[in-house]
Amino acid sequence: MRCYEQIRIDVCFHNLNVKIIGIGGGIVYNDLGTTHHAIEDIAIMRALPNMVVISPADPIETQKTTKAAVEYSGPVYIRLGRSGEPTVHQEDYEFKIGKAMTLVNGRDATIIATGSLVNDALLVAENLSKEGVSVRIIDMHTIKPIDEDAILQSAKETKGIVTLEEHSIIGGLGSAVAEVLSERTQNKVLFKRIGIRDVFCRECGSRDDLKKIYKISTLEVTESIKKLILS
Amino acid sequence: MRRAEVISLLPSQTVEIITALYFNILRINPQNPKWEERDRFILSKGHGCAALYAALAEKGFFPTKLLNTFCKTGSILLGHPEVDKVPGIEVSTGSLGHGLSIAVGISLAAKYDNKAYRVFVLLGDGECQEGSVWEAVMAASHFKLDNLIAIVDNNGLQAIGAIDEIISLEPLSKKWESFGWTLKEVDGHNLKQLLETLANIPFKKDRPNVVIANTIKGKDISFMENKVFWHTRTLNKEEQLQAIRDLELKDN
Repeated sequence: MRCYEQIRIDVCFHNLNVKIIGIGGGIVYNDLGTTHHAIEDIAIMRALPNMVVISPADPIETQKTTKAAVEYSGPVYIRLGRSGEPTVHQEDYEFKIGKAMTLVNGRDATIIATGSLVNDALLVAENLSKEGVSVRIIDMHTIKPIDEDAILQSAKETKGIVTLEEHSIIGGLGSAVAEVLSERTQNKVLFKRIGIRDVFCRECGSRDDLKKIYKISTLEVTESIKKLILS
Repeated sequence: MRRAEVISLLPSQTVEIITALYFNILRINPQNPKWEERDRFILSKGHGCAALYAALAEKGFFPTKLLNTFCKTGSILLGHPEVDKVPGIEVSTGSLGHGLSIAVGISLAAKYDNKAYRVFVLLGDGECQEGSVWEAVMAASHFKLDNLIAIVDNNGLQAIGAIDEIISLEPLSKKWESFGWTLKEVDGHNLKQLLETLANIPFKKDRPNVVIANTIKGKDISFMENKVFWHTRTLNKEEQLQAIRDLELKDN
């Protein structure tokens, strides 16, 4: 984020074939404090013309993202967390920039997640399935260009959408999905953004502690889905 | 103070520098951390906060028992220092290259207000690769900030390797001097040299001051000296005990 001006002008304005990798996305460097968190990066990169923004869910998707980024001609921002993230994908699936992956084909509600929180979304789906609730899980790896069809299909086929990201609720995945829903659907869609609510994460703790404190844990997602279904 | 630091899991080669400042040079009041006439200290290399936390605790800014909570759930002592959380911290640092610019602003304010306080900044040598540092170096000279003292922890290493292999800074001293600062070079582990050097500020009227403190990363701890590996690692229990043994041997 420090070199935003150079990214904006020297890369995007010139539309150069430059790939930018952000590490430490979200609050993965939890106890190092705010200076080592990145909860605004998706927002600022998304706002740049010519920039493609990808937030892979796991190491396998990161490899596929890297290959796809090399083959793509133009600026790409790849948002990574840190090493040791759980694997979510199988080795052999077709990855395409801009094409979301439906990991669970649920009918009651949808969670659209990105980055390592896709794993959290899957855990929520698994737990809710034991209560007879069927949750669709979409891995929205490409935030820009966003897969509008996947969003609209979920809005049509399920009762509502919850977005989940390790990022501010302002300007990231949630905002991007909201933009599509508000402009392209006729009827009101039940919708909730789960993300960091416009605060710096100043508390000290493990990543799980911080997820609970800043309300992006599986608990919040589960409660939001249940509330959505009941409304 | 080294024991307190080791307990906080992150021994640092700036212990002598921080000790000289907090126990001799800085005009501060632990009972009134916001005393207007205080000298300001900015740890621009915010990742080196273990030594600073130890000093602040020993001086009475907060209870020493809090050092045991470093980076633990609910602690005020995070991996980089935060203002408003920890008494005595002037600036929340951790993003390298900011501290000196902020110090320039504070020094300038002191000049405008005719205040006698000094502003001390501790930078890493790797941090001097940041362009923003040199903008601050230029500005300090332009505004004749002789109340500003930069100390560079010159250990030759950074997070991912030796500085000379990443982006060499040499000749570092000549760079500072050519920007109009008055420079002194010391052994960063020699308390006597540090105290003598920092006792006479400004080194020269109307010129900002810089001390290049030559240090050894992980000094006196047998398994840590000069190893880049330890930039991003903390000690486990066994390593802690060995470190304490090494330091106690040295003190003897």
